[in-house]
Amino acid sequence: MGLAPLIVVLKTIALRNGNQTYNNAARFWMKIFGINFVLGVVTGIPMEFQFGTNWARFSQMTGGVIGQGLVMEGVFSFFLESAFLGLFLFGEKRLSQLAHWWSGFMVFVGSWLSGFFIIVTDAWMQHPVAFTRLPDGSYQVSSFLGLLLNPWALIQYAHNMSGAVITGSFVMAAIGAFYLLNERSQEYGRIFLRVGVIAGFIFSALQIFPTGDLHGRYMAKHQPITTAAMEGLFRTEQGAPIVLLGQPDVEHQRIDNPIAVNKVLSFLIYGTTEAQVQGLNAFPKEDWPTNIPLLFFSYHIMAGLGTIFIAVMTLGVLFLWRNRLFTTRWLLWVIMLCLPFPYIANTAGWLTAEVGRQPWLVYGLMRTTVGFSSNVSAGNGMFTLLGFMGLYALLAIFFLFLVHREIEHGPGTQPNVEAQPITLAGD
Amino acid sequence: METVWFLLVAFMLVGYVVLDGFDLGAGIAHLFVARTNEERRMVLRAIGPVWDGNEVWLLAAGGTLFYAFPLLYASSFSGFYLPLNIVLWLLIVRGIGIEFRMHVDNGVWRDFFDGLFSIGSLLLTIFFGAALGNVIRGVPLTPDHYFFEPLWTDFRPGANPGVLDWYTFLAGIVALVALTVHGANYLAAKTNGDLERRSRATARGLWPLLAVLTVVSCVATLFVRPPLTKNYTEHPIGFLIPVAIAASLLVMFLSLRSGNDRRAFLSSCGYLVGMLGGAAYALYPSLLPSSNPVFGDITIYNAAAGSYSLKYGVIWWSIGMIIAIGYFVLVYRMFRGKVTLQTGEHGY
Repeated sequence: MGLAPLIVVLKTIALRNGNQTYNNAARFWMKIFGINFVLGVVTGIPMEFQFGTNWARFSQMTGGVIGQGLVMEGVFSFFLESAFLGLFLFGEKRLSQLAHWWSGFMVFVGSWLSGFFIIVTDAWMQHPVAFTRLPDGSYQVSSFLGLLLNPWALIQYAHNMSGAVITGSFVMAAIGAFYLLNERSQEYGRIFLRVGVIAGFIFSALQIFPTGDLHGRYMAKHQPITTAAMEGLFRTEQGAPIVLLGQPDVEHQRIDNPIAVNKVLSFLIYGTTEAQVQGLNAFPKEDWPTNIPLLFFSYHIMAGLGTIFIAVMTLGVLFLWRNRLFTTRWLLWVIMLCLPFPYIANTAGWLTAEVGRQPWLVYGLMRTTVGFSSNVSAGNGMFTLLGFMGLYALLAIFFLFLVHREIEHGPGTQPNVEAQPITLAGD
Repeated sequence: METVWFLLVAFMLVGYVVLDGFDLGAGIAHLFVARTNEERRMVLRAIGPVWDGNEVWLLAAGGTLFYAFPLLYASSFSGFYLPLNIVLWLLIVRGIGIEFRMHVDNGVWRDFFDGLFSIGSLLLTIFFGAALGNVIRGVPLTPDHYFFEPLWTDFRPGANPGVLDWYTFLAGIVALVALTVHGANYLAAKTNGDLERRSRATARGLWPLLAVLTVVSCVATLFVRPPLTKNYTEHPIGFLIPVAIAASLLVMFLSLRSGNDRRAFLSSCGYLVGMLGGAAYALYPSLLPSSNPVFGDITIYNAAAGSYSLKYGVIWWSIGMIIAIGYFVLVYRMFRGKVTLQTGEHGY
């Protein structure tokens, strides 16, 4: 999702300037997008079915609501995405330049729509709105628009998509830095760095303000227990501090080895340093998130990495502006080595959202312990879990191998891979 | 409203089988109709731009089912837990079989992914057929409408059957032959040379078997589940469906003889629509029959979502599907005609 708009940017520049280099750059990222897309498709299909296989009671009760996001995703975005991806990947010779640009743009729209419908689904589980209960206890939508315009969904969507673009731009910039440091494909390396650093700077900033800030405040309002657990705030405090580092000790209800800044948490949530923030002790223990250390660390990893991203990308933009980015080797090294971190930050962010929602499956309405498929035995669950783990490990190996190959192969060569021997020198 | 959604779900599933059916069939036939690297690339070219879109029909069908009939979705997906998870693994294996082959110019690599593509397609088809067999035969529902089926218990369909018994296995074989013919028809219409000739020969060779299996499966169904004739005897207009199936088979036979591959492909589309339509006609208003007569079936009435969902869902769902069908028309027009192996285009 993050790469798609960046490819559109490259295609747009190519279309406006008639610049073949930008077209080649776009084609290079299309290939990487293609590999990602295949893995996205084959690992995404199981999710549509796992609601039913593993969470049958949940599906039965909430299908009238949850099903809407999922079927809208299929009908409005997967069809769009798959049709135009076919045109985009296979139709370059058959379509006009403009039509090819358009099909790339539609792939971008499709993937972003798909993200929206999934977030709508998750947001309803985080913050259920626009529903009524039927006599048999099941839920149904009471307002079609109310579900789609759930404020939680809009905030979460902005935050999530911005995170996706950060990943895309860090990957693009990192590959650019790799080419420059390696003194090969340098023309492309500079393009990748320029696009990656500018997009990365904009979206790293948006990630923290306003999207992260809004998300945090909205969460503090609607899931105060989660906020307390994320921040490691065991006791209600006036002028609550923010814990930057530390290890939560749930048994003794304290943070070990804390590095904290006083009053910042109150300020971040309520805009004043004296406000009272509710700690975990304000709530009954059975409503506490089930795994507080995991939640605490996920959140801190996400927020910490987000801060690092903005620092790195600010430096990148400054050096780009002073025309020194492409020759400053230490900064290129830093950008290159940042490649895995956005993946980690996004995963940690999702862990924060989902572990933070526990012990609820639908917040305040349905506990996780009542939602699973009680007719499936644990042995069957284990069997399929192991199967998926093995298969996904294999997919990960193929993914790394194939993407590595494309990077080694480099941009700007003929698109027909089959005719090309493996080369190490791109220029 | 429930009936409307029954038709919509049936439409999605039929759409899936007809569309993804030909690329599954192409996968089954892949190893023996396409022998050289060029021929195999041609097979992948023929389905490459469309297979992913075809598979979306399965996803959208699953989503539609979830939305309109949550109980059916929950009960059947958890009850068929093992076979469904195996289907998901096969979908993964088959997907990478198609898409990763082209990336490395090495015979061993290509053979490996050709094998994944073909074996994945073959097993998927058998599982899909067996799934339909299970739905027709019925499953051991408990009073709360749930069940759990092991993969195989014994081979006789009874009150407590497994996923695979002789009847569902037969359904799997019917699906295998039907989709192989369907895929071979598609390949014959889309390709040239030896590949075209072998594909046509495959369809011709399997036609008699398909005709026999069609009759056998109908008789077996009457034997396993006699009540299924109820809708037909009460509303005899339904007997037009078997007539249409027979007509499709006949047109296919004549087209294969005269070498009109396009018409042969269209008639295998008609055949699949007829077979699935016939099953849906027999089942209605049941969605998942109970093999144990004491407990009731899952029907469109006890499985449907609330009325607001169903009423408003029809509106946006129809708009979305009309647009989606528009994309399909566009893509299929774009890639109409025989495929070629021009260089300079993307992959395969």
